[in-house]
Amino acid sequence: MERNQLRRQIGNMRQSLFDQGYLDHEQFIQLEELQDDANPNFVEEVVTLFYRDSVRTIQNIEQALEKSPLDFVKLDGYMHQFKGSSSSIGAKKVKSESTQFREYCKVGNAEGCRRTFQQLKKENAALKKKLEVYFQYSRQAGPLETACRPN
Amino acid sequence: MMMTMENNNGFSSPRSDAFPAGLRVLVVDDDPTWLKILEKMLKKCSYEVTTCGLAREALNLLRERKDGFDIVISDVNMPDMDGFKLLEHVGLEMDLPVIMMSVDGETSRVMKGVQHGACDYLLKPIRMKELRNIWQHVLRKRIHEVRDIEFHEGIDEIYMTRNGSDKSEDRHLPSGTDPISGKKRKDVDNKHDDRECNDPSSVKKVRVVWAVDLHQKFVKAVNQIGFDKVGPKKILDLMGVPWLTRENVASHLQKYRLYLGRLQKEKELTASFGGMKQSDITSKEPNGNHCLQNSVNKQCDLTSGNHGTQGNKTILQNVDFKMHEGDMKCIAPMPMAEPKKAMNGDNSDPQKSSNKKMGVNHSFGQLGSDLQYATTVPKQYSWNEECSETQMNRECKPHFRPKSVFNALPLTTLPQNIQLDYIRPRLPLNSRPSSLERDNKLAEADMMPAYMKSRSQGIGQLSPAECKADRFPVQPGSKSTNVQGLKSIPSAVWSMNNHSLDQILGGCSESEDTSLNMTCGTEFASWDGNLQCGSLQGDFQPLNVGPETVESFNYGNPELTSEVPTFSYDSLKFDFEYPFDSMEYPVIDQGLFIT
Repeated sequence: MERNQLRRQIGNMRQSLFDQGYLDHEQFIQLEELQDDANPNFVEEVVTLFYRDSVRTIQNIEQALEKSPLDFVKLDGYMHQFKGSSSSIGAKKVKSESTQFREYCKVGNAEGCRRTFQQLKKENAALKKKLEVYFQYSRQAGPLETACRPN
Repeated sequence: MMMTMENNNGFSSPRSDAFPAGLRVLVVDDDPTWLKILEKMLKKCSYEVTTCGLAREALNLLRERKDGFDIVISDVNMPDMDGFKLLEHVGLEMDLPVIMMSVDGETSRVMKGVQHGACDYLLKPIRMKELRNIWQHVLRKRIHEVRDIEFHEGIDEIYMTRNGSDKSEDRHLPSGTDPISGKKRKDVDNKHDDRECNDPSSVKKVRVVWAVDLHQKFVKAVNQIGFDKVGPKKILDLMGVPWLTRENVASHLQKYRLYLGRLQKEKELTASFGGMKQSDITSKEPNGNHCLQNSVNKQCDLTSGNHGTQGNKTILQNVDFKMHEGDMKCIAPMPMAEPKKAMNGDNSDPQKSSNKKMGVNHSFGQLGSDLQYATTVPKQYSWNEECSETQMNRECKPHFRPKSVFNALPLTTLPQNIQLDYIRPRLPLNSRPSSLERDNKLAEADMMPAYMKSRSQGIGQLSPAECKADRFPVQPGSKSTNVQGLKSIPSAVWSMNNHSLDQILGGCSESEDTSLNMTCGTEFASWDGNLQCGSLQGDFQPLNVGPETVESFNYGNPELTSEVPTFSYDSLKFDFEYPFDSMEYPVIDQGLFIT
């Protein structure tokens, strides 16, 4: 059945996101478990919210990185915020980049910060794209797909 | 944002039999993603969730809906206010359990959270299972409150009865009433408020904790308006504290008036007595007695009326304090009526009576004199409002109601800074009815000012002066076993800070307090081992002024100040003799003016 196939595909997609380290398995699954009849698209809503909110934080960091000299305390603060946010959806790679960034902030390594930040943005964009596709499929397949296990 | 769960009383009743379902949680996090996730998770746990993106908003919500939440979960890092600060505020004002969250799990941060009073610290990403069990914090807190209340009620009761019996003793100066530390204060306050503590899951009353700064605002407002023209509404408006109600202010004002009146009286007494000779005092007693009587009567009336916070009458009555019994015995002269009153009344009784007695409108300047008269107080310290005039207090043990803010400053501090704390000893004094012995012992013991502080570290600083006050054997052979009772008071309860001492000196306002004060001194001694304030039987009723009042007490009333010898407590001696009637001093129960 097309539907089943679709579901299988979605399942595979998700699995690969886990395998490739984009997403933290436990956290993402937990989000999916929260999905129910009252909030059938809960995960997608959360992810959307994350990306919308993170735009602001990323902008702040970018602006702060343009200043000279760098205000590492401020940068660390922003990144701390971003890290917390990214942990909400289980964005694994993004989170590790932000940890790295904070390490550079602590030692005052401006170059390290900038480099890491670029990497972080890349990872963030990559994950966003993958998730967009994932959700498209999920919506097509219907609510059942998003549940990680039978309710 | 509020989602109503099955419970649907909106915010009213926290729990039903379905506890923990329906637990009312307030989530504060500036991260919208987490806020959404947490909200969903908590709803899945069948909790009633309200979300907030800003700390200030959360505080406003909490203040608006008093008793509207059972627990708060907050992120540590927020743009408008530090999460730890919010934690402090919530603990101070609402005394709700607070759980902190952060993506940062560094030990130092976690430690900071615990130090600031967080009951738990969760690391993000947070799992559902962690949230499922948060209700335990709520339950635990309630259980502790119940215990505390019962405990304190017992103590208060003991004091109240004691007070009745021994008037003169009450008069004693603020021997460092209960030094209850600020922390304890919180507990204490809660305890008193929660009458229904028997049922941990019952609604917890949110009480107003008249912290030092709050009280200062209050005093400032009163001064601004002019003591003679004050009214709760005016004060409330001036204070600008959003969560405070007119009712809170009114009750606080009443206590304050009593306190002032007491101060004034003391001042007068001091002036007239000069050296506060006992004999003089004695002669005064009759007068005092009258007053006391009146006040006492009134007290009863008053008390029955008001103090909601006083705790459970039932509890009081049920508390079986040996001391109490013992006291009764000792207090021969004391008409049983008194004790009864005490018992029935809420702790506030003493206060009330004191209030009544006070009826004096003192200018604030008088406050400062409180301290002074702590030391010099001759008769004025008839704190034992509870005790009928005759009985005053020998036995009246000050009711130590630990006030949240009461810190007992060691009397050693400047007179002006003496904070009278009147912390009612909540400890079940159960003990030894042999107060008589104790009393005697105490009498000899040191008549020195209860510098509790020096004695007991923890306990608070009922300065030795305070202790001493107790010591003065107010009545030979009196009664009071109060001292004994105090012994058992856990130091935690008595930890008053320095501030409290002032308050004690300054404020023993309610009769209860006064009695407490005096006894405090003695009791404190017993507590901590350090205190060695002889066991005065509660004659001394130190001014039970909570720490908050301390500040106000220092109103630089030069006149008063001069009178107060730095804790020379010689004057304290007189207290015993005076049958101070009834608590002239408003008894501030629990923590200053806590309404």
